[in-house]
Amino acid sequence: MTRPSADPLSYTAEEMMTVAAARYLRDGTVCFVGIGRPSLAANLARATHARAVVLVYESGTLGAKPDRLPLSIGDGILADTADAVVSVPEVFSYWLQSGRVDVGFLSAAQIDRFGNINTTIVGGEYRHPRVRLPGAGGAPEIAALSKEVIVIVHQSLRTFVDKVDFVTSVGYGDGPGTRERLGLPGAGPRLVITDLGVLSPDAVSCELTLTHIHPGVDVSQVRAATGWPLSVAENLEVSAPPTTHEIEVLRRLEATLVTR
Amino acid sequence: MATIVSLEEAVRELIHDGDVVALEGFTHLIPHAAGHEIVRQQRRDLVLVRMTPDIVYDQLIGMGCARRLVFSWGGNPGVGSLHRFRDAIEHDWPVPLDLEEHSHAGMAAAYAAGAANLPFGVLRGYAGSDLVRHTSSVTTISCPFTGEELAAVRAMRPDVGVIHAQRADRDGNVQYWGIPGVHKEVIMASQRSLVTVEEVVPELLPQPGAVVLPSWVITAVAVAPHGAHPSYVHGYYDRDAFRAWMTRHVTSTTDIGGYHRSVAADAAGRT
Repeated sequence: MTRPSADPLSYTAEEMMTVAAARYLRDGTVCFVGIGRPSLAANLARATHARAVVLVYESGTLGAKPDRLPLSIGDGILADTADAVVSVPEVFSYWLQSGRVDVGFLSAAQIDRFGNINTTIVGGEYRHPRVRLPGAGGAPEIAALSKEVIVIVHQSLRTFVDKVDFVTSVGYGDGPGTRERLGLPGAGPRLVITDLGVLSPDAVSCELTLTHIHPGVDVSQVRAATGWPLSVAENLEVSAPPTTHEIEVLRRLEATLVTR
Repeated sequence: MATIVSLEEAVRELIHDGDVVALEGFTHLIPHAAGHEIVRQQRRDLVLVRMTPDIVYDQLIGMGCARRLVFSWGGNPGVGSLHRFRDAIEHDWPVPLDLEEHSHAGMAAAYAAGAANLPFGVLRGYAGSDLVRHTSSVTTISCPFTGEELAAVRAMRPDVGVIHAQRADRDGNVQYWGIPGVHKEVIMASQRSLVTVEEVVPELLPQPGAVVLPSWVITAVAVAPHGAHPSYVHGYYDRDAFRAWMTRHVTSTTDIGGYHRSVAADAAGRT
């Protein structure tokens, strides 16, 4: 990873990814936010074009308005700045399960051609994995029940696999009809935003298809970072580069993270 | 009525080898002092239940106290991996660890069912996730009214529930605020319960957003100042963070002696 320079006119692929994700959030959108990059992008949206986006964290903080990046979903600043603070059973049942969340904002360790997400194990078997990851958290139900899902993930052969090692959270399962058969109310991962471009499920096949590439990225680069033969939309577009304002606000936000 | 006892006595009396023990606190009010006391008393073969087994369980697992872990997210929020948890699963070190793995929504429903003394919780969840293939306490049920297929998760009924809270009064009524997690559910679902508190006060004054657990649903209360350290307690103290820690103990001191004095002063302030 290259370090961001101080110059807001130059930006990293990482920053492009975050800015691209932030742009999809609108004022009034109720967004269930995972920690890490989703939280960064959601707070960038709130600090730029979508001041009235409603951020819901699984810690039960509804409408949180942190003025610095929260260290985790349990950071006290989320409770201090929320419209309401509720218990964990309540946030998942009354607020998510009831269908009140517009956008579920997730990340992934692996994602496959049908947008299924793995955050559980990589390699080996479940009981003896090569790498044990943290697991599900809120993601399976966020992926099932949000009206739609946005995934933000680095694109590489490690993350974009033909078939995930473990389906933690369902996207489109094994293709058309899966979500209906499973009774999943939400529309699933409508957007997958990476450091190379943006993918959306094909209307017929449900397979993730490249719809946007970020400036300076070549389609062949995206194909080389995808673990299946990638479909590319006929009207492939190029993402608008980050504005100076977006980059300045993003860097200011990142500087507030007290983890490090 | 809760009795107010020392933490040593509470753990000795309430937690036994082989028990199902739930230390809760959803990324806030984490009962670290109680976790350490369990390690100190060398409990073995515990079934450890916790939605977010962060370092409090990492230490219990690494010290060989657990034979089984029931959880829904095994990481250190905002910081990284749990190395003892990973070692136990990836390499059976120090002892093999059985898993019962859930989603947050599923575990929350299981606790709520336990608190209500129902046999199972019901939710729209788990559908299509590979978790179902590995977790025997999750199945499906048809709604008797609409026929909708829903997930059923066996109620969580720990032998002992443990939480940390801001304060209690002298009668053992407990008050907590900030992110409430599953504090109420785990206390109500457990056969026995222990609450560690920052302090005991003469009277529980009203506090915005605060929840009061009446003394008569709690078995024991123990005072453990800074009992959530290195995590945080809303209104009392913040979580340790890397840069702040380094500034306080390294860049603000002039030599190794200064570092030792600074760390010792911090510790003295917590006792």
